[in-house]
Amino acid sequence: MAKINEAAKQQILEICNRYKDEPTPLIMILSDIQNEYGYIPLEVQEIVSKETGISVAEIYGVVTFYSFFSLTPKGKYVIGCCLGTACYVKGGQQVIDKFSEILGIAPGETTSDGLFTLDALRCIGACGIAPAITINGTVYPKMSVGQVPQVVAEYKAKEGVPA
Amino acid sequence: MSTVNIKIEGIPYQVESGLTILEAAKKCGYEIPSLCAFNHGECNQGSCRVCLVEATGARGLVASCVYPVNEGMEIRISAPKAIEARRRSVELLLSNHNKNCQQCDKNGSCELLYVAQLTGAREEAFAGAHSEVHIDRLAPAIVRDTSKCILCGRCIERCKNAHGLGILGFENRGFKTFVSPAENRNFNDSPCIQCGQCVNVCPTGALMEHSEIDKVDAAFKAGKHVIVQAAPAVRASLGEEFGYPIGTPVTGKMIAALRRLGFEKVYDVNFGADLTIMEEGTELLHRLTEGGVLPMITSCSPGWVNYAEYNYGDLLPHLSSCKSPHEMQGAIIKSYWAQEKGIAPEDIFVVSVMPCTAKKFEKQREQLKVNGIPDVDAVITTRELGRMIKRSGILFDRLPDEEWDQDIMGDYSGAGVIFGVTGGVMEAALRTVYFKLTGKEYGKVEFTEVRGHDAGIREAAIDIDGTVVNVAIASGMKSAKILLDEIREGKSKYQFIEIMGCPGGCINGGGQSYVRPVFLPKESDDILDTYKEKRAKALYSEDERQVIRQSHNNPQIVELYEKYLGEPNSHKAHELLHTTYAAREGFNEI
Repeated sequence: MAKINEAAKQQILEICNRYKDEPTPLIMILSDIQNEYGYIPLEVQEIVSKETGISVAEIYGVVTFYSFFSLTPKGKYVIGCCLGTACYVKGGQQVIDKFSEILGIAPGETTSDGLFTLDALRCIGACGIAPAITINGTVYPKMSVGQVPQVVAEYKAKEGVPA
Repeated sequence: MSTVNIKIEGIPYQVESGLTILEAAKKCGYEIPSLCAFNHGECNQGSCRVCLVEATGARGLVASCVYPVNEGMEIRISAPKAIEARRRSVELLLSNHNKNCQQCDKNGSCELLYVAQLTGAREEAFAGAHSEVHIDRLAPAIVRDTSKCILCGRCIERCKNAHGLGILGFENRGFKTFVSPAENRNFNDSPCIQCGQCVNVCPTGALMEHSEIDKVDAAFKAGKHVIVQAAPAVRASLGEEFGYPIGTPVTGKMIAALRRLGFEKVYDVNFGADLTIMEEGTELLHRLTEGGVLPMITSCSPGWVNYAEYNYGDLLPHLSSCKSPHEMQGAIIKSYWAQEKGIAPEDIFVVSVMPCTAKKFEKQREQLKVNGIPDVDAVITTRELGRMIKRSGILFDRLPDEEWDQDIMGDYSGAGVIFGVTGGVMEAALRTVYFKLTGKEYGKVEFTEVRGHDAGIREAAIDIDGTVVNVAIASGMKSAKILLDEIREGKSKYQFIEIMGCPGGCINGGGQSYVRPVFLPKESDDILDTYKEKRAKALYSEDERQVIRQSHNNPQIVELYEKYLGEPNSHKAHELLHTTYAAREGFNEI
């Protein structure tokens, strides 16, 4: 399983090296890799395993435990819909359903053009502005189902994709 | 040793400080129902919540397997709240459990069933949704069925502790959590060595050996010549299936039972072990005198061979090219024996009874076929043999002691018997190598300096008439790795290394009887620390009873070489008794 290119491998080794003095470096390493590449496939986990001595199964367990980590590449824009308690009672489920309908993907999936990924998030700590969503870190407060088409259209326009 | 004063059920006790409530209670004569805790904290996640008790100074009930005792603590195991909570914990586990106990091979050794009865769990107390089920029956050695998993984590810890591997892990979270190799792969497509140590600790039927009893039945039904051969370590454990104390050798009764099960011939793999020593000893001498790859490493343990192929592909030339004893013997049965008896090899079905699950994998290796015919057709574990004996209505303790079939390969030496314990192959080889180098027998017979019964590394410098051979022994891959890394770095000082997959060697193999203290009320409290030593003693005592103690003095081995093979490492011997290895990718493309 040696699909990963040499430059990427070197960078992953460098990331592992960053935290070599930490007593529990795994989550920091995985976070940096997730941020850098957008996902953490098994072959990358194997490299991290060799560098840290933590078993691949344990790393895989961490990657699948936290929804922040992903095993597959994410889209250019990651739409995270909060489904924490406050957002949920304020209609968060309807918001994510609307995104699902418009984009034609289920939560956790990415559109075929690689533009959008739809994620369901646990509480993001923005209960005062529920229901909230984030798109690549930008928070959209008090979302309504009616606003969803407009938000999608904005990003499509930015990319020059017909709505 | 500092102590603390505690009370259990109002009665004062003094116990060692630092113990958990569970351990302290045991010393005071109380067995708190518990499930996930195992082997002095080898697995101590406190995940099952079955061992809840009331303890002063704690908020609410505490999990006694992880909560330490402290001065003045008052513990109540029988508090109504605790009794109710323990029952509820078990009921919650059962609510997401596949309760097909009647069909489950773990029945009788299932700790979940045991605590369910102990706590009085009620039927369907919490009926509801079940987690998605993942079943892996693809690997020849081990079957994984998550519908029976209670997520205790014992298997994960054992794989790490014994081998430093950690093939299994928790995947996903919450209700979707399950235990599996990364990517929910099957054991074949991950670098699992299929040793079965995880099966030995699994409290339920979630991890089991891949049974081959059906294959054996089919062979009988098809009218094949079904020959059985039993490995040395099996006789040191099989008695446990029938309630004998751990460490009781049951060789004679085992032979009697095998004969009553209908096997045409009942052979001892010790003959194959003696043959292995002849080949491996000769190979070592060649390597020592003719500048071959050193250190040479034994290749009897298929778990170890798997590990080497996955992790040390560059060191494979260090492995002896010898097949393992039962494979050698299988090859001889399907050639020499077949020829002597006038039976076609394809009409012979060889069954090996093994202390091992990895042997199930080994027997289907392409490299272990001669002219497309496998040396061995089926491998059953000690536990499976126990089941076969029970289902046939044989009362094991009433069997007479019988002898192995004695026609062509019945004789064996004491050297063959001790293969079943770590250091045994080394000692057996040294007895023969000593003779080959000096022309005389080693006076003391035994090389006790290489003996042991546990994981870890032992080493010795053996003086053979002025020639010093540096040897090392390791069992469990965690220990083996240290020796292998030395070789890789060019720092190894040894000429000969014995490596066994399971900690302690075959006596502690993944196919041996389960050692579960709750089902062994007559064994001492420290049985988890002593069972390996007890089983090892059973084998060493059989070695001592043998008249012939060196493989090269086994008359039938001598005859086999005279009549058929020529000499050790001959062309014929290579064709039948030697094999090759190939590096493998741990997580291959699937």
